[in-house]
Amino acid sequence: MTTAVSRREFLKVSAAMGGAFVLEFWFPSGSSAAGSADVATEVNAWMVIHPDDRVVIRIARSEMGQGSFTALAQLVAEELDCDWGKVNAEFASPNEHFRRNRIWGSMLTGGSRGIRTSQDYLRKAGASARMMLVMAAATRWGVPPSECTAQAGIITHRPSRRHLRYGEVAAAAALLPPPVEVPLKDPKDWKIIGQPVPRLDIPDKVLGKPVFGVDVSLPGMLHAAIVQCPVFGGKVAQVDASLAQSMRGVKQVVHADDFVAVVADSWWRANEAVKALKIRWDEGGNGHVDNAAIAVMLREGLQAKDLPQARKVGEVGPALAGAVKVLEAEYHSPYLNHATLEPQTCTAWFRPDGFLDIWTSTQDGEASMQAAASASGLPLEKIEVHKMMLGGGFGRRGGPQDFVRQGIVIARAVAGRPVKLLWSRSEDMQHGFYRPASLVRMKAGLDAQGRLVAWHTRVACPSILQVLHPQLLTKGGIDFTAVRSFDDMPYQVPHQQVDYARRNGHVPVGFWRAPGQQNAFYRECFLDELAEAAGQDPVSFRLNPLATDNKERRVLEKVVHAAGWGQPAPAGIHRGVALAAGFGSYTAMVAEVSVSAKGELKVHRIVVAIDSGYVVNPDTCRAQAESNVLFGLGSVLYQENNLKNGRIVESNFNNFRLPEISEMPKVETLLVPSGGFWGGHGEPAILPLAPAICNAIHAATGKRIRSLPLKHHDLRPA
Amino acid sequence: MLKLIVNGETRSVDVEPEMPLLWVLRDHLGLPGTKYGCGISQCGACTVHVDGEAVRSCTLPVSAVQGKHITTIEGLSKGGLHPVQKAWIEHEVPQCGYCQTGMIMAAAALLERIPNPTDDQIDQAMTNLCRCGTYARVRKAIHALAGSSGALAPRNS
Repeated sequence: MTTAVSRREFLKVSAAMGGAFVLEFWFPSGSSAAGSADVATEVNAWMVIHPDDRVVIRIARSEMGQGSFTALAQLVAEELDCDWGKVNAEFASPNEHFRRNRIWGSMLTGGSRGIRTSQDYLRKAGASARMMLVMAAATRWGVPPSECTAQAGIITHRPSRRHLRYGEVAAAAALLPPPVEVPLKDPKDWKIIGQPVPRLDIPDKVLGKPVFGVDVSLPGMLHAAIVQCPVFGGKVAQVDASLAQSMRGVKQVVHADDFVAVVADSWWRANEAVKALKIRWDEGGNGHVDNAAIAVMLREGLQAKDLPQARKVGEVGPALAGAVKVLEAEYHSPYLNHATLEPQTCTAWFRPDGFLDIWTSTQDGEASMQAAASASGLPLEKIEVHKMMLGGGFGRRGGPQDFVRQGIVIARAVAGRPVKLLWSRSEDMQHGFYRPASLVRMKAGLDAQGRLVAWHTRVACPSILQVLHPQLLTKGGIDFTAVRSFDDMPYQVPHQQVDYARRNGHVPVGFWRAPGQQNAFYRECFLDELAEAAGQDPVSFRLNPLATDNKERRVLEKVVHAAGWGQPAPAGIHRGVALAAGFGSYTAMVAEVSVSAKGELKVHRIVVAIDSGYVVNPDTCRAQAESNVLFGLGSVLYQENNLKNGRIVESNFNNFRLPEISEMPKVETLLVPSGGFWGGHGEPAILPLAPAICNAIHAATGKRIRSLPLKHHDLRPA
Repeated sequence: MLKLIVNGETRSVDVEPEMPLLWVLRDHLGLPGTKYGCGISQCGACTVHVDGEAVRSCTLPVSAVQGKHITTIEGLSKGGLHPVQKAWIEHEVPQCGYCQTGMIMAAAALLERIPNPTDDQIDQAMTNLCRCGTYARVRKAIHALAGSSGALAPRNS
């Protein structure tokens, strides 16, 4: 920040160095590079200010629908005290990020972390820039900066009532040293944080402007379609590409270790040629694995001796032996694909000057850079990843960068021309990093007053960390995503134990929106079983073991009040409740459902209360609650990925069903921020969804649901 | 050569007659607003108008639409915004946005046919799939437009 580099100068320098920006072809309307001829100034790494006062804020995280592109800009703009009407945003360049010693912090977009892990340095970046702008104005006037104030992009010298606009002093401000002490506003003084400002990305999205990874179009670009070994871990043994090679538009067949790609002059032609390939696969040792083998693997995990313990409080054995009532139940969930509506895609171009350009829909620009460097052998400074809007992410496009590595293998084979790789839907469905299947056994004891005295959980579940981040496994190989909701249970139970059986098998697993959310389903449904055994109302049974100052208690009280819990429901409507915490926030939910005599379920209404400490953009937070409800609903009702002959059975939306508009329940979102902390919104609201619905089904039918999806259950009232 | 009328302009393309319209639009005519989601007419991300009707272009052979008027999201409104696009902005409908161009095309066709649709009619017509969960806002935006159906812009075809 000691040297001011205007954006245009940077572009020129960058281009001269064989750098990254010459091929940027989409910027959000109004961003710094979108055709403006003026000289904009980078006041600090997070923002560029134009002479006409337009402010372009740099976004390090990705935009996959969750609204971070706007909310992160709000954090900077709040402390900058600029005019929000003149704010736009652009993605920070991953290449420049590495050149400038990771100046934008983490680029990872997952775990509902965008705001909560960057709010401090983003607000300070805004405040620091404001102080520099004020100092520049004060210096020009020859007055002390303490006599100046800044508001909505205008600096005022109070005694003389003189004004300067940010755009007039930005160039001078950029030359000043950044302040050492950067105080932040009291939340009660926020004007932009907490406001439902319109999202910056929506105007371009309704026009169909080319913003997504799949939309990349470059001069001379070719298109690639791909087929990967249908059995995970298998290899290509032999390929007969003679027919494919003769087909119209086909330029090249690319043979890799575990996939074959066809490059053609349009994607449809490439994919038609892929279908004409005759491939013999070396399936490896997993060509026989089916659902039954997965079930055996998980069952063996539950029965294993000497499992590592994720939590141990008191002694569950004696406590259960001494309990008045003991309940035991097993719950199960299947593998699940992310099914982002935009399939995996990557455009790669090895340029004649030795530079590698990548355009992709990524949740982590840094991970894409690293994957590109390892796949190409090029140093990071010779690579740029152009971050595109994501047609959904949900965890698929972060840790695994398989599509980037493939794109590079293909582009390298097609020397000199850019190639856009796009997966077909069936490739996407059958080559995911799936939400782990899991099998959990819970055993809990009640005393004579119906209080919880002991709770023992055994979790058999493939480890996501083992696949994607093995260095993060802890305590004898425990994956925190596999045991959450049990090892951090808010209910005060004197004796608790959580055992973890890490059983991975050959199916790749990954972070699927709210990783570990299956445990919230298990725990909160089993709690209803326990409440029934104790002869108590599900809400009071939950409230009793919650501490009085507990944040979960507060959201539960808010949601049951709003939903009318305890008051008669409309005829035929039944309610279920669930409580959860995760991703920095606290969430409680009431679901209202009906079940017809034929066993047809309808989810009518979802009331959800979320305490995220602070709320940056209430409208996008509500949209995320709606998003979590629909995303979760598909998994509750229909979705599963089955294994047969070592491969995924489902291939498209005809056998991996997404709910339609008619199935969308009414969602009432209560944002109840209690202040003092920063929680996420991208995932928390999905946690209580499955248990709230299944508990409501029990209220309607008397049936306990201990596995999903519901399509396998006969819901006709008993 | 096949002759197509796309967004009011006659375009010639040298492609196989069986190539789906979607890929002609995306890869041969430079109109990427229409999306690929499934390739089997399930999701509706590829929805365009053919002679005013909302159709799924991913399974529609291009030979079947010769001489017909094709409208894509890029041509929905010549200059400015179509009322549906305006309503989509006003109600902050899109999240990731990938399904939304198809969703907007379907909504525009629905409102052209039924200016004041009931919830059931919306359910029947709006079978496009959204993974993000925009359905409640899609419905709200359509209902909001129903009140001002006379303001629907004429199509370009």
